Amino acid sequence: MSNGQNERREMTGAEMVVQALKDNGVEHIFGYPGGAVLPIYDELFQQDDIEHILVRHEQGAGHAAEGYARSTGKAGVMLVTSGPGATNAVTPLQDALMDSIPLVCLTGQVPTSLIGSDGFQECDTVGITRPCTKHNWLVKDVNELARTIHEAFHVATTGRPGPVVVDIPKDVQFARGTYVSPQAAPRTSYKPKLQGDLDKIKAAVELMAGAKKPILYTGGGVVNSGPEASHLLRELVDLTGFPITSTLMGLGSYPASGKNWLGMLGMHGTYEANMAMHDCDVMVCIGARFDDRITGRLNAFSPNSKKIHIDVDPSSINKNVRVDVGILGDCGRVLEDMVRLWRATAKADKKTLYPWWEQIARWRARDSLAYKPNPDVIMPQYAIERLYQLTKDKDTYITTEVGQHQMWAAQHFHFDKPNRWMTSGGLGTMGYGLPAALGVQIAHRDALVIDIAGDASVQMTIQEMSAAVQYDAPIKIFILNNQYMGMVRQWQQLLHGNRLSHSYTEAMPDFVKLAEAYGGHGIRCEKPGELDDAIKEMITVKKPVIFDCRVATLANCFPMIPSGKAHNEMLLPDEATDEAVANAIDAKGRELV
Amino acid sequence: MNAQLQPTGSAYFIAKETEKPEIHTLSVLVDNEPGVLARVIGLFSGRGYNIESLTVSETEHEQRLSRITIVTSGTPHVLEQIKHQLERIVPVHRVVDLTVRAHELGQERPLERELALIKVAGTGTERVEALRLADAFRAHVVDANTEHFIFQITGKGSKIDQFIAIMRPLGLVEICRTGVAAMNRGQQGM
Repeated sequence: MSNGQNERREMTGAEMVVQALKDNGVEHIFGYPGGAVLPIYDELFQQDDIEHILVRHEQGAGHAAEGYARSTGKAGVMLVTSGPGATNAVTPLQDALMDSIPLVCLTGQVPTSLIGSDGFQECDTVGITRPCTKHNWLVKDVNELARTIHEAFHVATTGRPGPVVVDIPKDVQFARGTYVSPQAAPRTSYKPKLQGDLDKIKAAVELMAGAKKPILYTGGGVVNSGPEASHLLRELVDLTGFPITSTLMGLGSYPASGKNWLGMLGMHGTYEANMAMHDCDVMVCIGARFDDRITGRLNAFSPNSKKIHIDVDPSSINKNVRVDVGILGDCGRVLEDMVRLWRATAKADKKTLYPWWEQIARWRARDSLAYKPNPDVIMPQYAIERLYQLTKDKDTYITTEVGQHQMWAAQHFHFDKPNRWMTSGGLGTMGYGLPAALGVQIAHRDALVIDIAGDASVQMTIQEMSAAVQYDAPIKIFILNNQYMGMVRQWQQLLHGNRLSHSYTEAMPDFVKLAEAYGGHGIRCEKPGELDDAIKEMITVKKPVIFDCRVATLANCFPMIPSGKAHNEMLLPDEATDEAVANAIDAKGRELV
Repeated sequence: MNAQLQPTGSAYFIAKETEKPEIHTLSVLVDNEPGVLARVIGLFSGRGYNIESLTVSETEHEQRLSRITIVTSGTPHVLEQIKHQLERIVPVHRVVDLTVRAHELGQERPLERELALIKVAGTGTERVEALRLADAFRAHVVDANTEHFIFQITGKGSKIDQFIAIMRPLGLVEICRTGVAAMNRGQQGM
């Protein structure tokens, strides 16, 4: 990382920024220039090591950096100006905070002498971003700048990863000072605990060895921990023979083609995954956080199980659900110990799990992801299935927006590797997927990158098509177009007497012409019989594509755990009549989100 | 100080909390840097925790460390969350729940003291009575003329509460309290 000759050097603040990015291994940054960052842009202009990707809106820069980070395991970097540049970055910052994505955001600021004077394009950036970052800094002394940026990368990428902001006033960018290399000692107050307590891991292995009805429940933490953690997870599943499910964020860390895979759990998870969570006797939660989309009604959540929770963030343990064994540490490190201890001590008699697997097979037979095929209209689930079948043998990365299409993608697109699935889980940011796809494509030039989108979400950041065209990033925007904000409408049907208040988009752009206007390629498909050929065309075209896939307008996303209900009170597709939908949520559940 | 005593974090937490809220005193050792107090306070307001009292000052000048003493209330589960959430803040070195520590040491509560300045104006018998009572409470007169006193009183919060209540009918004009400073008894540091 560090370069001996650079250890202490005189340079300007703007030079320091570029040098610090290089020293932290940065190759790409996403940004948008403005008055308060011009000195940094001037430095970027005069070098070739770092490629700058010009977006069309700062929110796009943030989500692109998130997609870049999620698909590479490295920090994503964004550079924006003061004032509106910084405030436009707030949504991706909060998104990265909730999904634990390492995101380094550099913001320009008005000169130190003007701070507090309501200057042009001034805002209290550190104040505004304090609750939506893991940490942030305002650098007032150029001699602190290099150290601060190094620390920012360290904080963003270690422990539970997250977003950070470094706010740099314009006079600091011009000032000359001493540059220091990254190896300088990090602050003493920040020391994430990575190695799990061995006694607790032993206790966990003991519980697991005695389980009759165990389940592994994994999350984004396994992906964040790196490829080795996913490898160890697969080893643990093979050794124990336990069934495994995952949150939305954790898809891919255990392969969907693996024989122990139950599918995703939670509000739109499979019947077998949710029933197994409800009825299990030992639950092992690895790098997930018992989010409300996962648990359903808390006082009915997996009532008869002993719970083990592995997490690098102490505040996640015992937050929503109290656990019997809480192991504080990095998933990868803890899994390593767990696998070793299991090999050494536990007798893996997988026969004891046969009755449990038989029970799971009965749940699975309910075929909870089934839908009625339609020869005339493209069912959204069918569109995802065909997309999966036609792309599974390629080097494919999927991003999504937020809504029904996101859940259908999670249910019907299958992931065999980690870092292949980029979605906004915690914050639920519509407009995430298109810029995220751009970020993924910049990191993986030859890969097939597809944003599975909804017609409403995609319009929130559609302008980044222009950036994709500029950088020859052949991203594929696969829109499941039903002309509704489908998930909003689904909730209106569930909660509000089918009064579809403002969830129908009466004026929809012509997505094919829109693609062409941006310099991309547009495809429209309306018939199931034409879908395969259209998808093949999309894959073949070597430029950004908007695929307007016209799907059944009123299809809803099932199975579903309605608000305020427990895992074993799922609404299954074959039971979801209009009446059942209208009465699924009782008065108490209505106030929930 | 918004009273929200049920655990936050889940929209599904509609069941009434059965644990009783307790009042605890936390000691938080932080790097003395710009914004650190805002981070701590922002955490409390953002997550709906209570602050009953807050005291902050630099304690180790050379290491640039400040000590924040927070009196907060919540169920044991919420108090545990508060501690862990505070520990996540990057410039926070240590968080000690002094009340829990006191219980471990077999004591009811940690050593907690407060200082207050109390201005009382009046003449005649009320003035004499105020001075007599101040003496009984071991409050010092730190400023006075013929028509007022400023008393300085230190002690437990309850003692100061009581003193203020007594002074109220005797011409109380103004109160300033420092908030609680606290540490555990015994030779061990935090």
